[in-house]
Amino acid sequence: MKTEILAPTITKLTVEAPLVARKRKAGNFVIVRATPNGERIPLTIVDSDPDKGTIVIIVQAIGKTTHIITEMMEGEFLMDVVGPLGEPTPVSDFGTVVCIGGGVGTAVIYPIAKALKEAGNRVVSIIGARNRDLVILEDEMAAVSDELIVTTDDGSHGKKGFVTDALQEVITGQGKPDAVYAIGPLPMMRAVANVTREPEIRTWVSLNPIMMDGTGMCGACRVTVGNEMKFACVDGPEFDAHEVNFDELIARNRTYAGPEQEAFSAWKNRTETTDCKHL
Amino acid sequence: MSGNGQQKKEADKKSPDAKAPKRQKVIALKPKERMKIPRHLPNEQDPMERITNFCEVSNGFNIDKAIAEANRCLECNDPVCMKACPVNVDIPAFIQLLYQGDYAGAIRKIRESNYLPAICGRVCPQENLCENSCIVGKKLEPLAIGKMERFLADYEANNGTFTPPPVAAPKGQKVAVVGSGPGGLTVAAELAQMGYGVTIFEALHEAGGVLKYGIPEFRLPKKIVDEEVERVKALGVKIETNVIIGRTLTIDELLGEMGYGAVYIGTGAGSPRFLNIPGENLSGVYSASELLTRINLMKAYKFPEFDTPMKIGRKVVVLGGGDVAMDAVRTSKRLGPEKALLLYRRSREEMPARLEEVHHAEEEGIEFHFLTNPLAIHGDENGWVKAIECQKMRLGEPDEKGRRRPIPIEGSNFTIETDTVVVAIGQSPNPIVQQTTPGLETTKWGTIVVDESGATSRPGIYAGGDISRGGATVIQAVADGKSASRSIDAYLTKIRSEKAGSEKSASKQSAT
Repeated sequence: MKTEILAPTITKLTVEAPLVARKRKAGNFVIVRATPNGERIPLTIVDSDPDKGTIVIIVQAIGKTTHIITEMMEGEFLMDVVGPLGEPTPVSDFGTVVCIGGGVGTAVIYPIAKALKEAGNRVVSIIGARNRDLVILEDEMAAVSDELIVTTDDGSHGKKGFVTDALQEVITGQGKPDAVYAIGPLPMMRAVANVTREPEIRTWVSLNPIMMDGTGMCGACRVTVGNEMKFACVDGPEFDAHEVNFDELIARNRTYAGPEQEAFSAWKNRTETTDCKHL
Repeated sequence: MSGNGQQKKEADKKSPDAKAPKRQKVIALKPKERMKIPRHLPNEQDPMERITNFCEVSNGFNIDKAIAEANRCLECNDPVCMKACPVNVDIPAFIQLLYQGDYAGAIRKIRESNYLPAICGRVCPQENLCENSCIVGKKLEPLAIGKMERFLADYEANNGTFTPPPVAAPKGQKVAVVGSGPGGLTVAAELAQMGYGVTIFEALHEAGGVLKYGIPEFRLPKKIVDEEVERVKALGVKIETNVIIGRTLTIDELLGEMGYGAVYIGTGAGSPRFLNIPGENLSGVYSASELLTRINLMKAYKFPEFDTPMKIGRKVVVLGGGDVAMDAVRTSKRLGPEKALLLYRRSREEMPARLEEVHHAEEEGIEFHFLTNPLAIHGDENGWVKAIECQKMRLGEPDEKGRRRPIPIEGSNFTIETDTVVVAIGQSPNPIVQQTTPGLETTKWGTIVVDESGATSRPGIYAGGDISRGGATVIQAVADGKSASRSIDAYLTKIRSEKAGSEKSASKQSAT
């Protein structure tokens, strides 16, 4: 495994997983377990190299597992990696497509933008972050986009404002795009869906519900799409943004917030007292 | 050949016992004396104690009890128990060996028919199978066949006396098994003993399938599953975890470039069904699969030592009446809520769950609410469950399966306040293999179509257990695995002889 720090708390990992690399398509994800007692978490595959047998994942340190993964060193091993999971992104030549990445969601939109570009689309990308330090993959996104707009909440880099503001400007200035792909925090994806609903712009979002096995066996990732129950791991993770019940998903994703915080605090306190790497 | 067969058939007609020599009787007691011994009961953890832990409920038999129980066997000439067993374990023979103190011989005898005795001795519904047909049971309680089987398996494990059965010379052909549940493990063990190179592909990070993620620790300790898996590996079987057939590799790749001669699909029925009632996606509503997988496979009951959490509130309501519902409600109870309830829309008599588990659940203080049908789940302002609305039912005419149909009673709606709901109304077949294997015929329920030998619509592909039955038992998966192994062997033997034939004719041609 190779690691590269992209931004504070955000790490890019190149992981050896030959069978996954061979099959992976844009939009697929893997389930990862970092340690012997670890939980299973889903992570989108950002890139893959079938010849070298490697996949790239980008992880933001939020809870215990993601902290452990982002602090891993080159040459270390993840306990388990399984995939590729989920349905691949529907990629075809739509015409003009706007690809929106919010925060670490940029890591997920990048392979989709790349695939859409390769399919012949005119790709306008919008990537947003809270501040300059948290903007990731700017060069990579520029390389696969005909136009790249960067936004930051505090205006420390690119345009000041949200990705939805930039999207609105694109729609007003350039006319209605043929499709929009938006990936980021749930409130951001909900806001994008609200912008594109009335002008009836076809919009896809990639959902990140709680997941365990990733093969349709636990039902933890169930989401309501068009009044139907879907399992994001096998039916998604990408869905029509205008059909998704975001409010329900935001509530469901809070289910384990308490225990997750507890596990993280316990882990953090333990390492701070026993880990002497800062000495 | 055909002449012999004819003769044998005639002999069978004359005397049903002619094919097998009469069993020698070894038990010293007279049948009348045997019939005076009451059935022995294993020590069990006290219900109030066991709801505070995940340790096994039953401690099983010790040597004395196991032998004393063996004394009760009537050594029937026509052992109906053996016929009632889906894999026809030679029950009287293993009981005799147990009686004689030949524990190693006894467990070997079981393993000739069933390679997973430590598992089946615990989770097999013996009361509906072997023990239900036991002749002693006509007058007294039947023999505790399952507990004796478990004793022999545990005795062997505790004393480290396991030796793998002989493995035939390599046949030079490979078989891929998809899924490491009871069916997959059985197929692998059977075919490995015949000399095939077997690899099991498992989607999860640990082997065992439903034995690992589904059945709780307190009924089937995971150490027991691991030991049984090791015994399968001792035959030379390879197990590849973290490989999802249909995603990481496909069935066609296994049969094509990877060189497997045949594939057995034992992927089970793990996809949870929901009721389609309002509020099912509220926080605090879980499928039984999610609850059980978190607890059993991911060990959430040891959180935060293990990272995976489980959140159970002050009151848990489990919906359903099968074995999974029973496992879910008893698991919930052990996570420390004030109350654990089970709602079932028919009455106790119609419950499909094993009686032993219903009894255990009642001992543990589970509240059963029969003839109660959930209509809607209501949430609070944060989207968390706060109540479940139900309706009372009454029983009507029997349905096609003979179970009396529940009929709603008008105006009987009522509400139960709760913060946790677990839906345990059944599982559907796992869909990934069917979706990614062209030409594999399935039913409208998503199960794979098989004939009585386990063959699917595609040559070289076999299936069994829950993936073809929709929802059955561990022992049924074992039985399916055994019959599929025989057909896989026949299929591969035919391919070997065809290949040998064509090579022969080719060498003849090149010689001339």
